[in-house]
Amino acid sequence: MRYRRAGLAKVLACTAVLAAVATACGSGGSGTSPDGKVELTIATFNEFGYEELLKEYEAANPNVKVTQRKTGQAAPHHQNLFTKLGAGSGLADVEAVEEGFLSQVMAKSGQFENLKEIGPKDVREDRWLQWKVDAVTTKDDKLIGYGTDIGPLAMCYRKDMLEAAGLPSDAEGVKALFATWDSYFQAGDTYVQKTGKPWFDSAAQIFNPMHNQEDTGYFDRDDKLVIETNGDKKIFDQVTGAVARGQSAKLSAWSPEWQKGFKESAFATKTCPSWMLGVIEGNAGPEHKGKWAVTAAFPGGGGNWGGSFLTVPKQGKNKAEAAKLAAWLTAPEQQIKAFKAKGTFPSQTEALISPELLNQTSEYFGGEKVGMLFSEQANKVAAAQYKGPKDGEIQDNVVSPALTSVEQGTSPEEAWKQVIEGAKKAAK
Amino acid sequence: MTTELSVARGRGAEPRPPRRDDNDDIGPGKLSLRYRLNRLDVKVSPYLYIAPFFVLFAVVGLFPLLYTAYISLFEWELGADEQPFIGIENYTALLADSQFWNAMVNTFSIFAISTFPQVVIAVLLAALLNTALRGRTGWRMGVLLPYVASLVALTIIFGDLFGVQYGTINNVIEFFGFDRIDWQAERWWSHVAIATMVNWRWTGYNALIVLAAMQAIPRDVYEAAWVDGASKVRQFLSITLPMLRPTLIFVIVTSTIGGLQIFTEPLLFSPSAGANGGATNQYQTVVLYMYQAGFQSQDLGYASAMAWVLFIVIIAIAGINFLLTRRLASSGEA
Repeated sequence: MRYRRAGLAKVLACTAVLAAVATACGSGGSGTSPDGKVELTIATFNEFGYEELLKEYEAANPNVKVTQRKTGQAAPHHQNLFTKLGAGSGLADVEAVEEGFLSQVMAKSGQFENLKEIGPKDVREDRWLQWKVDAVTTKDDKLIGYGTDIGPLAMCYRKDMLEAAGLPSDAEGVKALFATWDSYFQAGDTYVQKTGKPWFDSAAQIFNPMHNQEDTGYFDRDDKLVIETNGDKKIFDQVTGAVARGQSAKLSAWSPEWQKGFKESAFATKTCPSWMLGVIEGNAGPEHKGKWAVTAAFPGGGGNWGGSFLTVPKQGKNKAEAAKLAAWLTAPEQQIKAFKAKGTFPSQTEALISPELLNQTSEYFGGEKVGMLFSEQANKVAAAQYKGPKDGEIQDNVVSPALTSVEQGTSPEEAWKQVIEGAKKAAK
Repeated sequence: MTTELSVARGRGAEPRPPRRDDNDDIGPGKLSLRYRLNRLDVKVSPYLYIAPFFVLFAVVGLFPLLYTAYISLFEWELGADEQPFIGIENYTALLADSQFWNAMVNTFSIFAISTFPQVVIAVLLAALLNTALRGRTGWRMGVLLPYVASLVALTIIFGDLFGVQYGTINNVIEFFGFDRIDWQAERWWSHVAIATMVNWRWTGYNALIVLAAMQAIPRDVYEAAWVDGASKVRQFLSITLPMLRPTLIFVIVTSTIGGLQIFTEPLLFSPSAGANGGATNQYQTVVLYMYQAGFQSQDLGYASAMAWVLFIVIIAIAGINFLLTRRLASSGEA
């Protein structure tokens, strides 16, 4: 019955838009072309750096033809992914999934192939950092994605602004400031007292990495909401306390005001995944070259923000071939090439010790050996925190807005109530 | 059609047999086939001619509408393994959902402070454009520019204007010695900011529609009024407005529909472009909440129920506006 309905809807939808997107109304990729070649599609977003690699793959496998579908941004890519999962057809043979959407994909893991079964047998899990593999392994031990890149966290800070506040600003000196979250907030208090200016950009940007360092996330392994009993309340109080003491610049990440904040020197420190360096450089502009620095000291150890996986949806035609392609693309040799092409930081242990990565430096950040620095940070990440099905939604639509509301004047108690209520509603 | 045909045959004393029947050797069976085809042509063809619209409407208009109603009766999670039937539970949950009512209030608030000034300004603007201005075409095209410009570009500009810490408007306000306004945090001011975006975009568009209607008003009516000594204002109130009635009804009804479905402006007004509509949903509209429920929480059943409630509300409000406009603008006739 369900299939008939989906079929009817598809027929009607296709009739309506026949002229515009005739190709989209097929059976989701024919599988083989008239000349007997295996046809594969791979859907990615932003920049994965795969353009040259796919040509290379086609040259090495003459019987395979690969088409890449690129979407500009992650959100529409994933919306398309979930819509077509629901429709039962129309997805590419290989679909990229970003970390922030992974919990939703894991909740529908039944619609993805177990790569342990259909993937090439020579792909071993120790190809990747352990936490990267764990994040995409289901509770019943199925591997539904191959890791591509990651976003290991470091701390970025303004050398000149720390100096102005009488705080140490050299690589060794800041280590003590950024050793733990307590020392981080303490340094923040000193900074605010000396300069009267905020310490970090926004509360949510601090809360999220702190939350991710916890043993238990919003859900326990039985998918029960545990936000009231895990460490989140303590973190919430710590962060909102810092907000009350004037440490937050109250600039929501990605807003135009936030982007301007870099230029205006609105804050002195920034939680900094590897890909944030480019964002800072772009927003702060050439006039701040050499003033920003990045350090391997991150409060509370390490952390990760961002990175993706390649999955093989069950609705595809050539699933074994698709898995083969995904396995090849996520091999260390290829990810290093993608890293060189578009700067995606590799998640493969072997790639993380390759000289090409380790020798990468950033002129903007005072010639810092950022490749080595982030490679070191990647190895500091502790076990992957279990993410329940509604994890991303709670993070983006409940906790982050509540923290923003505190910055806008709501009392922390009121905001925490908002968090509990919102999380319960989302988890329902 | 049938009656017409039979009447035509009955009136003639001796119906002239078809010419081809005389010359060609066609049997009575063939004749009746031709006749039947002919009748079929007369009866069916008109429907075929208008069919493309109705078929398209059924596919892209009616079907989604009805299918949405159907989905709203299920707990329909996008991509879930099963979608259990739950009757009107989505509707009862919706009516008890404080976030929904909050969104409803926001929508009406933004709607009120965008639509009403918009229509008034559009009519005045049209009256202005209808006078003998120098470079008339340029002005008329000019008011349409905000409508042509990309909405995303507009939002970036307005984001800059209404920025809380570095925004231009706040800088100006501060220059004159007033307190900065938190356009994001304060509910009323966030509505004002969003309504400004809407007005900026749609006023010119509506002005042009009203202008077109104004130009269709016969000149001699004005001349007669002028001869009778009516002032410009009197002419505007007693001639222009009443004669604009059908157009005003159209403009008001379409603005009502557009205003209650407002989505892009509040979506892009939020700093990270989330569907949350501000930290405490202070400017989340119904459509924004619907989008959040449907495509972020993936609860399509709930979102569908919301779509239907909004549909009914829009019909009701558009109907009320229709009646009000008819009454308000009818003073000149009656």
